[in-house]
Amino acid sequence: MAITKVCGIETEYGVHVDTGGDMSPTTASSLLINAYVARLDRKVGWDFEDESPGRDARGYAREGSMPPEIETHLVNAVLTNGARYYVDHAHPEYSTPECSNPLEAVVHDRAGELVLTRSMEAANRLLPPGEEIVIYKNNSDGKGNSYGCHENYLVDRSVPFSRIVHELTPHLVSRQIYAGAGKIGEEVPHGGEAPPFQLSQRADFFEEEVGLETTLKRPIINTRDEPHADPQKYRRLHVIVGDANLAEIATFLKVGVTALVLAMIEDNFLAGRDLRLAAPVAAIRSVSRDTTMRTKVELASGDRLTAVELQWELYDRARKYTAERGVEALGNEDVARRVLDRWETVLQGLENDPQSLANQLDWVAKLRLIEAYRERHGLDWDDSRLAALDLQYHDLRPEKSLFGRLAMQRLTDDEEVARATTEPPATTRAYFRGRCLQRFSSAIVAANWDSVVFDIGEDSLRRVPMMEPLKGTARHVDTLFEGCDTPAELLRRLGS
Amino acid sequence: MAERELKKRPTTSREAAAAETETEAPATTERRDRLKAEIDDLLDEIDEVLENNAEEFVRNYVQKGGE
Repeated sequence: MAITKVCGIETEYGVHVDTGGDMSPTTASSLLINAYVARLDRKVGWDFEDESPGRDARGYAREGSMPPEIETHLVNAVLTNGARYYVDHAHPEYSTPECSNPLEAVVHDRAGELVLTRSMEAANRLLPPGEEIVIYKNNSDGKGNSYGCHENYLVDRSVPFSRIVHELTPHLVSRQIYAGAGKIGEEVPHGGEAPPFQLSQRADFFEEEVGLETTLKRPIINTRDEPHADPQKYRRLHVIVGDANLAEIATFLKVGVTALVLAMIEDNFLAGRDLRLAAPVAAIRSVSRDTTMRTKVELASGDRLTAVELQWELYDRARKYTAERGVEALGNEDVARRVLDRWETVLQGLENDPQSLANQLDWVAKLRLIEAYRERHGLDWDDSRLAALDLQYHDLRPEKSLFGRLAMQRLTDDEEVARATTEPPATTRAYFRGRCLQRFSSAIVAANWDSVVFDIGEDSLRRVPMMEPLKGTARHVDTLFEGCDTPAELLRRLGS
Repeated sequence: MAERELKKRPTTSREAAAAETETEAPATTERRDRLKAEIDDLLDEIDEVLENNAEEFVRNYVQKGGE
């Protein structure tokens, strides 16, 4: 039986310093995060003990690789909602806490946007008049530079990695039809005339089928092997081939369907239908370049299917799978049903009239806006006003955001999103991390995904390991925290 | 469960959707008109909030690669 697909989303935000002197993006990112955490009682730093981004899922480690943050001493904080907020390269990055279902992931992804928006407001109050830091939730500057939005899923270690590669790739290539954030033009030529508009911000930047890299020669399947959990039992699949979405329906399907497909792979439920693609890298680019949904991609078997047809194949298997095996892997029965139902109606919409999804999916919403604006002003596709519109769709300033002006369908409400900026999910170990920080932050010297380190005035520091992502939940630890007034008492109770 | 099987796709609901399109044409037109009005209002707003010098704004938006 597939294990619950604990999941999370890491987003690197675009950061732009407007009219400012010479502030580097790294400095701007640090300022943002510092301005935000200054509002908190006491900053708790990240613990790098278990970081090893050079470890490869195929079974080997790259020599001398170190988490870059160690060397550069960039800002790195853990929040009371269990999230990690830090500077990665030249971007502010927000990693949601571990969530146990796709809807929770949507709530925490949106909470991340709110944290960044508040950071921007706090940082800008510190800047001289006329200078402003602006944040964009997108993945490309339109000039060939890309930054990521990565998803993570808990996967059973016993599943052969090669099966994940073969069976997940067709999904990752075809899911752009609902998960793409859309962009004008192309940044890497694909042969032939440049398309006016693509479904995906990121498809241009993928050059390999499988690999360890994330910054160059990006692979569709990333092999980084850092489970941040019991390495005998678990794998953390690091999916780097997605766009950062603003539309909640897009995030919901991106995470929900991927979790479902992974559950099916884990239970070997896709074995009967070989959907392997003949050329995944070419396919991801050609799917991205077709807003009509008609382009067919070739399978290794010789069949030719559209991306919508590929998704229907997976959808039909998923209906059968959930009917036979239940929906436990999605963490919540109601959420699982909603993923399946929404997946179905969105595929129908894409097939019959993609425009009908303009209030649900990013790429459709953006394309509709751009088309209408283009028509009104009689502009060519390469007019910089359209490129500006494309960028400004992702602007996080409430008064400037074009996305914010659209009447998009929601799955969350403002109140729960605001709450998620400080409250951890109740159903994963993020709950324990978050509660510890809320209650005893002055005694916590560091925290990371799989441990919290306390200093309670003894000779040595005390590390509390959390190797099980589904333990440390509200159900497990609420009684532990009840009537527990000191961190020493908490540690004593944990030890007994 | 058996009732989920009733939703069996693809061809059936695709055909059903096609049939709907034929019989509900007035509703679709109405929807399109509504969308058109909506987007016209939005375009008026966009003219007001779009960055003033689009060319300069787009040129200056340069990011370092990440990940």
